[in-house]
Amino acid sequence: MPKRGNAPIQGELLQGTLDLLILKTLALGAAHGHTIAYAIERQSEDVLQVEHGSLYPALHRLEDRGWIASFWGTSENNRRARYYRLTPAGRKQLTEQTNRWDAIVQAINRILKPA
Amino acid sequence: MSIIRFFRRRRWDDERARELDAHLAIETDDNMARGMTPDAAVHAARRKLGNATLVREEIYRMNTFAFADELWQNLKYGLRGLRLNPGFALVAIVSLALGIGANTAIFQLIDAVRLRTLPVANPHDIVLVHLKDSDGARGSFQGWYPSLTNPLWERVRAAAPSSIQPLAWAAASFDVSPSGRSRITEGGLWVSGTYFSVLGVHPAAGRLFTTADDVRGCAPAAVVSFAFWQRELGGDPAAVGRTMAINGRPVEILGVTEPGFPGLEVGRSFDVALPVCAAGVFNAGILDSGTTWWLTVMGRLAPGTSVETTTAQFAALSPGIFEQIPANYPPESVAAYRAFALVAEPAGHGVSQLRQQYADALWILLAIAGIVLLIAAANLANLMLARASARRREIAVRLAIGASRGRVVRQLLAESALLAALGASLGAAVAGTLGQALIAFLRTDRSAVVLQLDLNWRAFGFTTFTATVCAMLFGLAPAVRSTRIVAGEALKAGSRGATADRQRFLLRRALVVCQLALSLALVVCAFQFVATFRALASLDAGFRQDGIVEATVDFRSLSLPPDRRTNLRVEVLDRIRAIPGVRSASSAVILPVSGASTANAVWLDGAARDRQHVSNFNMVSDGYFATLGVPVLAGRDFDPRLDVPASPKVAVVNETFARRFLKPGHPLGQGFWIERTASTPQTRYDVIGLVKDTKYRQLRGDLPPIAYLSSLQLGGAAEGTQVLVRSDLPPAEVQRSIEARLLADYPDIVLSFRVLGTRIRESLRREQLMATLSGGFGVLAALLATIGLYGVLSYTVARRRHEIGIRMALGAERRDIVSMVVREAGALVGVGIAAGMVLAFAMSSAARTLLFGVEPGDPVSLALAAACFGLVAALASALPAVAASRLQPTVALREE
Repeated sequence: MPKRGNAPIQGELLQGTLDLLILKTLALGAAHGHTIAYAIERQSEDVLQVEHGSLYPALHRLEDRGWIASFWGTSENNRRARYYRLTPAGRKQLTEQTNRWDAIVQAINRILKPA
Repeated sequence: MSIIRFFRRRRWDDERARELDAHLAIETDDNMARGMTPDAAVHAARRKLGNATLVREEIYRMNTFAFADELWQNLKYGLRGLRLNPGFALVAIVSLALGIGANTAIFQLIDAVRLRTLPVANPHDIVLVHLKDSDGARGSFQGWYPSLTNPLWERVRAAAPSSIQPLAWAAASFDVSPSGRSRITEGGLWVSGTYFSVLGVHPAAGRLFTTADDVRGCAPAAVVSFAFWQRELGGDPAAVGRTMAINGRPVEILGVTEPGFPGLEVGRSFDVALPVCAAGVFNAGILDSGTTWWLTVMGRLAPGTSVETTTAQFAALSPGIFEQIPANYPPESVAAYRAFALVAEPAGHGVSQLRQQYADALWILLAIAGIVLLIAAANLANLMLARASARRREIAVRLAIGASRGRVVRQLLAESALLAALGASLGAAVAGTLGQALIAFLRTDRSAVVLQLDLNWRAFGFTTFTATVCAMLFGLAPAVRSTRIVAGEALKAGSRGATADRQRFLLRRALVVCQLALSLALVVCAFQFVATFRALASLDAGFRQDGIVEATVDFRSLSLPPDRRTNLRVEVLDRIRAIPGVRSASSAVILPVSGASTANAVWLDGAARDRQHVSNFNMVSDGYFATLGVPVLAGRDFDPRLDVPASPKVAVVNETFARRFLKPGHPLGQGFWIERTASTPQTRYDVIGLVKDTKYRQLRGDLPPIAYLSSLQLGGAAEGTQVLVRSDLPPAEVQRSIEARLLADYPDIVLSFRVLGTRIRESLRREQLMATLSGGFGVLAALLATIGLYGVLSYTVARRRHEIGIRMALGAERRDIVSMVVREAGALVGVGIAAGMVLAFAMSSAARTLLFGVEPGDPVSLALAAACFGLVAALASALPAVAASRLQPTVALREE
């Protein structure tokens, strides 16, 4: 098994979370890997650090499931880059996963902060 | 994962590579925009992304069947490694092929004689029916296997419980003449009418026996084996229905059995089968004899019946079966006869004299061959370790760029697996040749050994297992060891990686000590087996073994009435004696050291009967002692003029007989009695001569008491005779003269010849096999251990060049350096010898029954083996020691 140098994001929940964050980012428009990583960091006000090494396998996995599609395009500073966009299936998935995430957060909050 | 992805995984990988490159480029741009220098910008981008290769690999693995893909990669890598090092590959493959081949060959032989079941339908239902305790059985016993008399077989057949379908058979030698010229076949078989049908054997042509063919008074008819039909009858379908002379009588051939059915005896293959009822035609009275035990009774259990149930049923039936005492049965044994009980015993593997004789020996040989393979594998492990240290840098680089340790271990193991697989395939081919050679070795001129050595699933499994164990042994430890390195350390120039190295070194030394111990144990065993063979081969049997031809004369085809047979035997003997070049000749009922024997109770005339006093007997003509060179110590030999049937019965006894059974003092003239036997009443004999002791039944064991009786005086109804002929002429010439002389007068008799010395040497086949093979394996093991020791010592010297250089620079003499290396060798060999001695003792204790004239832990064998290994140590340390002492300190020290 190849090991990663240092993995700040670990565990199944967090991995699924990365998928959700990628889908959400792409809901705003097509983007390449580098943009996606920085977008997540900026949106979370630098709380969530995306390890670039694990971003690409996640992208591959999502594409494999048909939730996102890719194409080659040109970046802002004129570099060839691989762009990803959300497919209709991915949009449905985003809604579903967002709802599930909300349900989980509410459930956890009910336990942590009883009214 | 879609299958399309699998086939497009390379293109995908290229895509990812480009994508990651793009990512790095964008990140670098961003970094530079933030004011970094170009260099710093690239490094920061790389750090942020991590190991791009691993990312690609992770994605690649999602697209493929990881296991198969990696296996294929590893094999390719292994093959490349072997191609780069053809010398090593050749040594490894050849030593594995020989080792695995030898093991497989011996295993196949064990499988054939011991593990394989009979080639009949549902062999596990086949049982052997025999007397629970045959001690009280009296009469003449024929064949190697538990047997019953024909009247008993007929009762068993009639009374057998419904849970078993019984059959009976007996091996025989027939004089057959399928194509005019008659010859003796040892592949004769008497079979009951149920034999083929119970076993489920089908005809290839004609028909096989039914119960209707096996009724008293039947006319002989024959069933021949497929092999005999092909070999002797040309596979001609018209041969069925034709007649063939068997023992001088025309016998119709009824049919041919299907191919692949050799009979129920493992190691022999039948040629011609006749029904049991026909035995009466060739041997009058045998069907009614209650004292001739010749038929082996077996049977097939009904489905679902257990052996225990059948045994219990036989126990209940036995009183009825053994109720009727045969006529002239010795009265003192009648009670024992009535108490006989039959038992059933599983016999799905058939019966085998070969198995009784060789099974233990073969298991021991397998153990020995296995140990040799272990030693060879240890040598390979040492070579692999040496290669691994040569590849330290390569492995360190692989680990440094992110390969996991498991991945590298698997890669290194693939190479071992490849070697083992190639070695095993070649080994299977070697095993075929070796197996045939082994079978040829077991074959003597009288007993053909017919065994099918096919590569069945057991043999295949054994080979695969052996190869896997080997690959693990010589591959796993070195692979695990060599990946336990700190990448950074190993990559530094000149780094010795001190700790990891010392550990690896310990492993190599431990391997060598094991090799030495194992090979010492093998050498000790070899010495003991060689000593056993030498002791038996050079044993003084008490009689002459050279220049004696044994002629067996069979005149059953003449159909003489019993009263004329003695005369013919005398005539035959006289004619042989008259042949020019024959110095003396004598007949003997029991040939010395042939495995045949008779024994009965004897007691001194006038003393009380003592059943504990049992002596061996032989019936011989005059001239027996002169022919065999047995000194007559007192009295005289038999004399055909004095010792006639009407005169008092006389005997010549040997020293042990006189010492044990006669009154002290002069033995001549004393009288003794021999108990009543099935064929003769209780009889008194006068001692007329005393001869020196000789071996009797076999070469092993003590010198037994023997009483020689005169065959001329006692006569006998046998339709044949065995003549010992002493001559100075070559045996072949003697045989030709005898054949010419006897066939001129009696054209119908059948002659066969053996050379006494050859026959006795052949009786030592097993000992010879053990001595030859264990000797060969012992030499091989010692050689392998020497190579192993040499390898480790030269490696030590090479690793310690620096240290030796310093020692020499500080004033150490060459002597000191030599003694340092020799001390190291001595230490390894010392530990090896100590461990090996213990192992040797354990091994030879396990083989105790196969030894003769040496005890397990025999000090001479141990001392000789220890001396051998002293030589091994000297040989193996000589070159490295000299090399070490020739070191130029200036050169050695400058290398750093």
